[in-house]
Amino acid sequence: MTLLQVSELRLTFGGLVAIDGLSFSVNEAEIVSVIGPNGAGKTSAFNCVTGFYKPTGGTITFEGTSLLGMRPSAVAGVGISRTFQNLRLFGELSVLDNVRAGSHLWLKQSVFDALLHTPRYRRSERECTDEANHWLDFVGLRGDRYSAARNLPYGEQRRVEIARALARKPRLLLLDEPAAGLNHTEKAEMLDLIRRIRDLGIAIVLIEHDMGLVMQVSERIVVLNFGKEIADGRPEEVRRDPAVIEAYLGSDAHA
Amino acid sequence: MNETTKAPEAPRKIGAQRPQTRLSKLFDNRWVGLVGLLIALLVPFVNASNYTMSIMTTAAVFVMLASGLNIVVGFTGLLDLGYAAFFAVGAYTSGILATRFDLPLVATVPAVIVVTVIAGVIIGAPTLRLRSDYLAIVTLGFGEIIRITANNLPVTGGPSGIYGIPGLTDSPVSLYFVTVVIVAIAVIGASRLGRSRLGRAMRFVREDEDAAEATGVHTYRVKLAAYIAGAVWGGLAGVLFAGQVSAISPNSFTFLYSATVLMAVVLGGMGSVPGVVLGAIIISLLPELLRDAADYRFFIFGVLLIIVMIVRPQGLWPARSKEALK
Repeated sequence: MTLLQVSELRLTFGGLVAIDGLSFSVNEAEIVSVIGPNGAGKTSAFNCVTGFYKPTGGTITFEGTSLLGMRPSAVAGVGISRTFQNLRLFGELSVLDNVRAGSHLWLKQSVFDALLHTPRYRRSERECTDEANHWLDFVGLRGDRYSAARNLPYGEQRRVEIARALARKPRLLLLDEPAAGLNHTEKAEMLDLIRRIRDLGIAIVLIEHDMGLVMQVSERIVVLNFGKEIADGRPEEVRRDPAVIEAYLGSDAHA
Repeated sequence: MNETTKAPEAPRKIGAQRPQTRLSKLFDNRWVGLVGLLIALLVPFVNASNYTMSIMTTAAVFVMLASGLNIVVGFTGLLDLGYAAFFAVGAYTSGILATRFDLPLVATVPAVIVVTVIAGVIIGAPTLRLRSDYLAIVTLGFGEIIRITANNLPVTGGPSGIYGIPGLTDSPVSLYFVTVVIVAIAVIGASRLGRSRLGRAMRFVREDEDAAEATGVHTYRVKLAAYIAGAVWGGLAGVLFAGQVSAISPNSFTFLYSATVLMAVVLGGMGSVPGVVLGAIIISLLPELLRDAADYRFFIFGVLLIIVMIVRPQGLWPARSKEALK
């Protein structure tokens, strides 16, 4: 079943066309990779889906509901989580607090509960801490979860960001270069983590430059170049696609 | 779903090994606040002169202001340079209602809350779309607008202000006790707000607005909530102030006053409730303690502040990111 449907998406900044008629869809519990050379419009497409950019044209629907004109927090509310290309953790806050942010949308607690410390306040605080711990265990965080997030090593911070996105209990997770800057072992762990997330029934859209990872993990690959979609298919089909080889893989050492 | 069991086991234990100095343990202790409150309540038994009671009551009101501004500046990271505006709105609302309709001061509190919430929305709604420096300038402007309006309206008594405001109680000592208790409740309230879902959302906004928005935090609404909470705290402090001094005029609510409250927040440690309380007490009492230095007292006061900010830029008692184990 189709979860996310992007049709004829267009995004221009003044005269610059960032995305030019992009269409793709994501089914439930599917891993789709979006690849393309730098500046192809991958992150811009993410920003359109999550409400950070207002597309110039086209439609974006999630389970039949249009996402156009929604602010990012509302998009998060319908069940789409994302991570950022350059880590965007709340650096001064504890690791646990970072992941607790994910529970903001579903946590039932009013200001009066908080001021009076009602049983509901205590229950909901315990619940969101348990949930945060659960997701930190799930992503396999080894570092100190009680201290500030900025003190963690880079690879660990990536895990925390994914834990934060998962704590929101999304149906669809958008990962923007999750393996960037990771070493070989960490990449293998990331691959395993992405698969485990999919096994929870969460669909994943992945932007990634590491072709090894993309080819191993994706069920489908969408290839962009200059804001246009040039291929869409299974990894082995895309790998052989002449247009892709010319635009991207042909000029890339990884191919 | 059984995939979760694959995750490495028990990393929580590693996180639990947290070296703590004896001092930091002491400052983390929740009894510190209670001890502070006890000391405050014991002051009248040591010295109950009118002068002491007056400066101590003023200090308590100042603590309430600082804890309110801390919600806006410390938790949410919105630089507000016109906080005295809400102090003025609260003081004037209760002063006008009490003198015009012969009401006891306590009866004006519901009206004060309503009016300060409205003031918070009016000032906050259009300005909170702005970021950092721009917001600071606009709040500075609003602070002046409120003061100049009070200076020119007949209902606020113009430059001479409002006088004959009834006190909360009849003696300086009982007024002090009542003020300390109310301020303590306000400080606990601010601290609990900071540890709630909304308080966390405020910190997310402070740390990274885009990331907060992406996690589902309606950043604009959270900022407005912080602003309104700050307005209510400031307004209620205004009621205490009106009751204490019985006469208010626009001169009590200048930019310098807003800046002084902000100074208390920064000196104590932005975002740290105990720090801000400490900062407010120091800022309000130090000039009094330096009275012997006569003409030099504000000079010494200034030099001391500069030294503190050089030696401890994070504040005297900064907020810590490390979490206490529960």
